Amino acid sequence: MSNIPTELRYASTHEWVRSDGDGVFTVGITEHAQDLLGDMVFVDLPDVGDAVTTGDDCAVAESVKAASDIYAPITGEVIEINSQLENSPELVNSDSFGEGWMFKIKADDPTEVEGLMDAESYGTSIADE
Amino acid sequence: MDLLHCDFYTEITKFYNEILQMNTTALHGAHIKAGAKMVDFFGWNMPINYGSQIEEHHAVRQDAGMFDVSHMTIVDVIGVQAKDYLRYLLANDVEKLQLKGKALYSGMLNEEGGVVDDLIVYHFESTNYRLVVNSATKEKDLNWLNKVAEGFDVSITERDEFAMIAVQGPSAQAKAQSLFSAAQKEAVEGMKPFFGVQAEDLFIATTGYTGEAGYEIMVPVGRAEEFWDQLLAAGVVPCGLGARDTLRLEAGMNLYGQDMNETISPLAANMAWTITWEPTERDFMGRKALEVQKAAGHEKLVGLVMTDKGVLRAGLKVIATTGEGVITSGTFSPTLGYSIAMARVPAGTEIGSTVEVEMRKKLVTVSVVKPSFVRNGKSVL
Repeated sequence: MSNIPTELRYASTHEWVRSDGDGVFTVGITEHAQDLLGDMVFVDLPDVGDAVTTGDDCAVAESVKAASDIYAPITGEVIEINSQLENSPELVNSDSFGEGWMFKIKADDPTEVEGLMDAESYGTSIADE
Repeated sequence: MDLLHCDFYTEITKFYNEILQMNTTALHGAHIKAGAKMVDFFGWNMPINYGSQIEEHHAVRQDAGMFDVSHMTIVDVIGVQAKDYLRYLLANDVEKLQLKGKALYSGMLNEEGGVVDDLIVYHFESTNYRLVVNSATKEKDLNWLNKVAEGFDVSITERDEFAMIAVQGPSAQAKAQSLFSAAQKEAVEGMKPFFGVQAEDLFIATTGYTGEAGYEIMVPVGRAEEFWDQLLAAGVVPCGLGARDTLRLEAGMNLYGQDMNETISPLAANMAWTITWEPTERDFMGRKALEVQKAAGHEKLVGLVMTDKGVLRAGLKVIATTGEGVITSGTFSPTLGYSIAMARVPAGTEIGSTVEVEMRKKLVTVSVVKPSFVRNGKSVL
């Protein structure tokens, strides 16, 4: 089974969220998600400054196999994007929880993250798929 | 994350696997050992990749890769009327095959001129031929072969005692030869493309589905895994169906069920070159229908190139000044670094023009090219 770091929170739509402190959260897609999608060829990221609401489709991960929407797991403002993915989308495959991160959100309400799944719940949810 | 456009393999095969029982090839154990991600492909449990399909793709373009194609169906056609039968069965003419071992690509058509399947036929003698047909259409093909054979003195025999491995890439022949016996090396010495030869226990053919040089090798089931392991030791990279699809699409080769089917004429599938019209007195299945279509005009299959971000996918609508068409196969081209596709479009759509493709509710302008993108490792655009 794929790696699911315990320090992260997860959306049912396979995004992970990491707290960077000060209400800033890094977002990416899980190892399980990249495995489903296969080799990544393009990643379309939001613009810095975009206001996003939980559930908004704010990015697109396009693999050899499929195009997939990435949803904002929390409400806030996009304050940084991973511009490395422009030329190296394969980082999403090789290091989905690290260098393959997608964007950072300054949360309107940092406690919203507590409503997301923990590693155990996410692990159970993908085992049921 | 939400899958928006799934590819052909995952969606269509899921449907088939609900109604069919899963088959495995003689190399199933080898795939599992190599860490393959297995998928259901028309009732066959086959490797989609062994990690990264893009790396596998590059291995074939730059060095040597191998594919388990044992799911394909080998059929021998033997009998005093074997040639007459095949001249009636196929739109291409086996009369062209004069040399022993020479192969021919052809469509097998129905009376309406639709493609029942595409295949390769090897000629040994005028009484002895071998066909290789698709796995997805196996039952239908065998029924059709037998139906058309009524009245001909031929026997049609499936040869399922062979596994088949395609070894493809610029170094493929040299690496495969390192496994051959002295007699087998001698048998393939100087062999031109599109020939096949039985050499001891192997049938070795200079055919493929990637646009690279290489061999397709039929090996007895009992020796298949050992042969695969020896190729692995010789530095040949195992490649799955994912890489096979991007390679064949770059090479501009059709995939049955996607780029053509029973309702699509070879004229509308870039297969006009496989129809042998002369001599006019040769009647073949579908000939009359094709003659009517040719006179009336017909759609055609073209290539599309999109250098912007994004991936053209099968099923997307194409809007040309001459009318609407559809993408039959589309992918990201690992060799070119952008998306390519094949599309069936109205007759008047010119090579060198542009058309629009409806992608994610936006219209994107793409270039129309001949449906061939990469050969022998290089762009042909």
